[in-house]
Amino acid sequence: MNPAQPTSKEMGAAQSTAVVAKRPRGSNLVARWPKTLLLAALVASFVLWWFSNHINPYYADILIKIGINIILAVSLNLINGYTGQFSLGHAGFMSVGAYTSAAVTMFVAPSLIGATPSTALTVACFVLALYVGGLVAAVAGILVGAPSLRLKGDYLAIVTLGFGEIIRVIFRNIPKLGGALGLNGIPPYTNLFWVFGTAAICTYVVLALVHSTYGRGFIAVQDDEVAAEAMGINTTRYKIVAFVIGAFFAGIAGGLYGHYTLSIDPKGFDFMRSIEIVVMVILGGMGNTTGVIFAAILLTLLPEWLRTFEQYRMILYSFLLVVLMLTRPQGLFAWRRKTKPILAA
Amino acid sequence: MASQNETNSRGMSATLLNLEHCTIRFGGLTAVSDLNVRIGENELVGLIGPNGAGKTTVFNLVTGVYEPTEGRIQFSGEDIVGEAPFEITKRGIARTFQNIRLFPSLSVYDNVRAAFRLHIKHGVVQAMWRGGGFVAEEQGIEGQVMEMLDIFKLGKFRDVPAKSLPYGDQRRLEIVRALATRPKLLLLDEPAAGMNPTEKVDLMKLIRFIEEKYRISVLLVEHDMQVVMGICRRIIVLDHGVQIAEGTPEQVRANPKVIEAYLGQ
Amino acid sequence: MSEFLQQVINGLSLGAIYALIALGYTMVYGILRFINFAHSDVFMVGAFMGFYAGKILPHESMLGGIGALVFAMLVCAILGILIERFAYRPLREGSKLTVLITAIGVSLLLESGGQYLFGADPKSFPMMFPSKEFSLGGIAISSNQILVFVATAVLLVALQFIVLKTKIGTAMRAVSFNPQAASLVGINNDVVISFTFGIGSALAAVGGILYSSNYPSIDPYMGILPGLKAFVAAVLGGIGNIPGAAMGGILLGVIETFVNGSRYSTYTDAIAFTVLILILLFKPAGILGKLHVEKV
Repeated sequence: MNPAQPTSKEMGAAQSTAVVAKRPRGSNLVARWPKTLLLAALVASFVLWWFSNHINPYYADILIKIGINIILAVSLNLINGYTGQFSLGHAGFMSVGAYTSAAVTMFVAPSLIGATPSTALTVACFVLALYVGGLVAAVAGILVGAPSLRLKGDYLAIVTLGFGEIIRVIFRNIPKLGGALGLNGIPPYTNLFWVFGTAAICTYVVLALVHSTYGRGFIAVQDDEVAAEAMGINTTRYKIVAFVIGAFFAGIAGGLYGHYTLSIDPKGFDFMRSIEIVVMVILGGMGNTTGVIFAAILLTLLPEWLRTFEQYRMILYSFLLVVLMLTRPQGLFAWRRKTKPILAA
Repeated sequence: MASQNETNSRGMSATLLNLEHCTIRFGGLTAVSDLNVRIGENELVGLIGPNGAGKTTVFNLVTGVYEPTEGRIQFSGEDIVGEAPFEITKRGIARTFQNIRLFPSLSVYDNVRAAFRLHIKHGVVQAMWRGGGFVAEEQGIEGQVMEMLDIFKLGKFRDVPAKSLPYGDQRRLEIVRALATRPKLLLLDEPAAGMNPTEKVDLMKLIRFIEEKYRISVLLVEHDMQVVMGICRRIIVLDHGVQIAEGTPEQVRANPKVIEAYLGQ
Repeated sequence: MSEFLQQVINGLSLGAIYALIALGYTMVYGILRFINFAHSDVFMVGAFMGFYAGKILPHESMLGGIGALVFAMLVCAILGILIERFAYRPLREGSKLTVLITAIGVSLLLESGGQYLFGADPKSFPMMFPSKEFSLGGIAISSNQILVFVATAVLLVALQFIVLKTKIGTAMRAVSFNPQAASLVGINNDVVISFTFGIGSALAAVGGILYSSNYPSIDPYMGILPGLKAFVAAVLGGIGNIPGAAMGGILLGVIETFVNGSRYSTYTDAIAFTVLILILLFKPAGILGKLHVEKV
């Protein structure tokens, strides 16, 4: 209700072109050749793995961490960035996937494929384990998502945080999974191909989903739930779908992580880990997948760069976080600018 | 049009929306009391009343945002009380909001596209697989959205974020978005708010145009007498949650209760 | 029976500490509508200030204890005001999410800063107050527990008095109800908000010292869990509601103590969150809270 607002269309158009943000560059490519890009990314992951023997182990280690963080951040971005459901429980989903898939390869697989299986069988079992881990995490996603649907903003954040902590306490109380000491002796199946192949699939799934008429519903839910419902969008269902898909990939990331570090314990999935992932999403610019990928890379490298200042590492990290929030709350890589609406409605 | 007028004034057309003895209380406050409203097919009805009369509450009751404390609401002969807002939209009731609730970060195009949710066949799986059926459907939707945007002169704003549209265009976009759900009944909540006289005339033309082109019913909540009197053939007047008058613009204008409610004593 | 009563007493004293921390959450939430994640670390700083005050002040004396309390309250009040001034105030018009992340950032900063300044290894908290065990018909009550009850009761009454009877309290309620309207009638919102942070942080400092007196091992990360639980207590009682926070804290303390005494003790840390999820599902406004309905 601002009568002073320019209403003539020319002015409006001029003003709009000034404000209009170019659609994220990646989105056009994805819209045109989505499957080709996915294939290319998978081939690239394969090539990367093929030459992994020539990569300095230190860099290979960082690459793996980057890949896992990309999966985590991109999948959380579907929940946080696109659907607007602030979740602080991503590490919880990750732990479900990590423990489940480790249990499959350690306790179930040997009885299925024998003690000395062929490579193909091992690979098949690993894929199955990752998949089962993802599915169980997705079930956890429903369990967390469903009751949380009535909550918004920081309440949802604290409840998802609580769920993550509850999951941790539960793992701590399962002796078969190592209890508080953690689970050791997970077979070393994870390599660069699996990590980046999964990252590629995860990114594809999120982008393909969001770039569809169905998927615009996620953003509609984030923008205005009441309006979304009034347009026939089942907001409850969308939120659950976002939680399920997000948790599924977090679970797979957990499986990859477990089969890389070879030992997991409940402490490694505490809420600090969830916050790290959230920070990637926020710095990347909520709902901007390309930016989130960059942020995941940057925030994996940052601690490495800060290694020389080991003592001050966390201080610097948290200080930078606060400063960034104060100066660039829309994220480091925000192309889709979130300006204030013209009307303070 | 002429025959339409006649059936409407005699109340002979089939009932689309029917509110019977609807009451809603918030704590001790009765916002709407024992309201009976009947809207027929292809009818343009105005709902007016002074500030705080409960007009928007009626919209929220019909669209499932609130549930009535007492009474029943039927749409096309079926009870809709207790259904979620999205289910009611699915039945064919669409609305706009008094304080404009577009999807601010989505483009003009995507605002309308999001409202096609009810009419798409694809879901998560098809969106990921991107097969021939999906692509064809998306192209079909693009055509329909652009057609609607062009009809309402919003086509050139296609890729502009909804939040950066000029005010009048935002109001129009909200109406287009509501129409995209293919409603049988369109609820407009103070569409003329904040408009200047020229824009109001345009709006009146637009509402008539919608009624004729899409053959739907419109329930119009409006503060502005000129707009309501100008286009509605039947007007319901609320005051303090109670219906105080109903009839043609002339009847309502002459009703002493209405004059009292608007001018006070 | 006496074991039951013993558990009740232990639960009440733990709950009273939760209540003190919960007050800070609830007051800030009541006014600014966000979870001040850094509050749990102000609690930690309070404990460390007590620890350092103990290096100078006499141990096991009321004077030394009260001196440590006053010192920690002052430092924490200033810390809370500074945090609000520099981290939260610039974002007051920003999105809730940004503020929440900033709060988490401040929390991490205090923890890592604490680790650098105070050291990462746990320290043992000195006995600041005179310590004695009383026995009442088979139930053991320590002087520390009595101290917790007395301190919490006094501070609660004082806080209720400030909020309900004083000018600044009226201003606090006005800002909480409607900040725009409050500033229109001449209330300086910034001063009121600073005051709120100051009071809340001072209460957290008291909580920190009393907690450490009962569980005398302190480290820079000690605030996280009690902080989260105190937040749950605030939600349980109805966020924004001062008597509610006290009630929620005590209730949660008692529940937790009973679980800890049962064979499910390893699940103690999950109890608070289970309570939180249940309360939000079945009575989202909390026990004493009022529900806000979104206007459409």
